[in-house]
Amino acid sequence: MTASILNIEQISLAFGGVKALTDVSFSVKQGSVFSIIGPNGAGKTSMLNCISGRYRPNSGKIIFDGKDVTHLRPNDRADLGMGRTFQNLALFAHMSVLDNIMVGRHHLLKNNWLTGPLYWASGAQKEELAHRRKVEEVIDFLEISHIRKSIAGTLSYGLRKRVELARAMALNPKLILLDEPMAGMNLEEKEDMARYILDLNEEFGITVVMIEHDMGVVMDISHEVMVLDFGKKLISGLPEEVMADPYVKRAYLGLEEEADVKLEEVS
Amino acid sequence: MSSLTMRPCGDFRTSYKQDNTIFETKTIKNIAIITIALLCSAPYLVDAYYLTLFIQISYLGIAALGLNILVGYTGQISLGHGAFFGFGAFASAWMNISFGIPVVFCIPLAGFLTMGVGMVFGLPASRIKGLYLAIATLAAQFILEDFFARADWFSGGSAGSSADPINLFGFAFDTDESFFYIALFALVFMYIWGCNLMRSREGRAFIAVRDHYLSAEIMGIKLNKYRLLSFGVSSFYAGIGGALYAHYLGYVSAEGFTLFMSIQFLAMIIIGGLGSIKGTLMGVVFMVFLPEALEGGVGLMKMTEWGNIPMVVDGLAYIKEMAIGLVIILFLIFEPEGMAHRWGQIKNYWKFYPFSY
Repeated sequence: MTASILNIEQISLAFGGVKALTDVSFSVKQGSVFSIIGPNGAGKTSMLNCISGRYRPNSGKIIFDGKDVTHLRPNDRADLGMGRTFQNLALFAHMSVLDNIMVGRHHLLKNNWLTGPLYWASGAQKEELAHRRKVEEVIDFLEISHIRKSIAGTLSYGLRKRVELARAMALNPKLILLDEPMAGMNLEEKEDMARYILDLNEEFGITVVMIEHDMGVVMDISHEVMVLDFGKKLISGLPEEVMADPYVKRAYLGLEEEADVKLEEVS
Repeated sequence: MSSLTMRPCGDFRTSYKQDNTIFETKTIKNIAIITIALLCSAPYLVDAYYLTLFIQISYLGIAALGLNILVGYTGQISLGHGAFFGFGAFASAWMNISFGIPVVFCIPLAGFLTMGVGMVFGLPASRIKGLYLAIATLAAQFILEDFFARADWFSGGSAGSSADPINLFGFAFDTDESFFYIALFALVFMYIWGCNLMRSREGRAFIAVRDHYLSAEIMGIKLNKYRLLSFGVSSFYAGIGGALYAHYLGYVSAEGFTLFMSIQFLAMIIIGGLGSIKGTLMGVVFMVFLPEALEGGVGLMKMTEWGNIPMVVDGLAYIKEMAIGLVIILFLIFEPEGMAHRWGQIKNYWKFYPFSY
C-alpha cells in the first residue's frame, strides 16, 4: 500500500447552530484520484475549504504530508504543496493568462520589492525567465498556448476553468483540490478536463481531491469515492462499492420506488 | 480578438526575454529614448517657465505613481497621500539640516522614512477596506498635518523649514536649468523602477490581491504583507516626490500639504487611468497643463473686446478650481478608465485605418 498524503481526522465545522461537518475522517492515498460526492449543501465545499485553510475547523486535525496543517494559513499551505481551484471562477480577471499562471509561481520566486525593480542587476530577470519556462510547460500541457496573452476575464467559461487548473498546477503541488472542475461544461469540454486530470495525476504524480456532480466522470476516473450527506460521511471506498450501497442510492441518486411514489402523488 | 496586441505584423518574438520588455516594440522604445534625449536639451531651447512646469510634472508624477500602485494596482484607497508627500519634504530638509547628511542621500532616505510612516498608518489597511480605509487614511492626513504645524524640531512649525539645494561634487543645482536634469533623472528612474516592480513578483502579487484576494491567498500570497507593502511603496514614492519638491523650492511650509492635495493626486490617477503606469504620467501632465491652458484661454479672451469683462478676469481663480472638478466629472462619465485607455483605443483605430475591423 502507498502511504496517504492527506489524513483528515474527526473534522467538525459549525457556523453558529448549523453543523456543516460532523466528525468526518478520511485519508487520501499518495497519487490517487479521490472524489467527494453528495447532494447540495452536504458540506463538500466546506470540507475542501477546511483542507485549503479558508475555514478553520472547530475540532479535528488535518495532516498533510506528515505535517499538522490544521492551524496554518492558506498561503502557508501553498508552500507545502497544496493547490486548488474554485467552484465559482476565481481568476485574476484583469491579468493576462500568463500573469495569472505566473502568480502560481509566487511562493517559488525569491525577489522582493527592492531587488525586483533592479531587474537587470539583481537577477530578477533571470529568475522571471526561468520560471516563465516552467509556466510554459504547464501551458503546453493544458493546451492553452493560443490564449496566453489574453486577458483572463475575457475568456470563455471552459477556458477559464482550464486556466485556473493551470494556475494551480504552476504551484508545483503535491496535492490539488478541484471544486467541481466540470460544472457547466459541455460534453467535449468535460472529456478534455477529465483527460487533463488523469494526465496530471499520472504524469506528474499529483494527488487529486475532487468534488464533482457528474457521476459518469466520478465513476470513470476516481480511485476512491467518498459520500457526504448533511455534513456526515456516509461511506467511502471503490467507486463500484459506493454505487452499490443502497443508502447512497437513496441519499444521492434517489430510489426508484421513491420516484414512483412522487409520481403517484402528483397524479 | 481578445488577444489583440499593438504589435505590428511581422514582429515576432523568439525568446521569453523579448516577450517581457517594458516597451512593446522597438519603435516605442526608440521614441522614448529620443524624447528623453530631446528633453535633455530642453534647458537650452525653451523658456525657463516651461522648465518649472516640467519639474512640477516630475515630482508630482513620482508621487502620483506611488498612489497608483496603491489605488490602481492593489485596490486600496488613500486620502492621505498629500500628507505623505509633505512628510517626505520635511523629512529630507530635517535630515539635511539636523544631521548634515548630503541632500543627495537625504532624498532616498526621506523616501524610506516616509515608507515607514506610511506603513504605520497603513496598518489598518491590512484589516479594513473601502470606505472605512478611506476614513482611516483621512485620519493619517489630519494627524500628519497637525504634526507638521506643531513639531518645531522637525518641520520648523508654522515658520516652515528651509531646504538646501542639491549639491553634487561642489556643483549646486539651484537653478531651474540645472534642477531640470535632476528632475528628469528622478522621473525616468522612478518610472523604470515602477515598471520593473509591476512586471516582477511583487507587482503581480499586488494585482492578484486587488482582483481576487481569496484566490491570491490560496496561491501563497500573504494578504496582510502585500496590503501593507503596497502602502509602504506608495509612501516611498510620495516621500521621494516630496523631497524633490522641498529641495527644488528651497523652502517647505506646512500649508501646502492639505487634503486638497491628496484629492488632486487621486484626480491625476483617475484621469490618467487606474492601474496604468503611462496613464499616471498622462494624468499628471494633464493636471499640470490644465490650469495653464485655462490661463492661456483667459489671456486670449482678454484680447477680445467682449471678453475683457472685469467679472470674468476676477473670477479666473474660481473658474480654474471649478474646471478641475468639471474635468474629473466629465472623465468619470465619458472615460472612466482614463486617458491610458483612450490612448489605446486611438492606437487601435489607426492600426486598422481605414478599415475598422
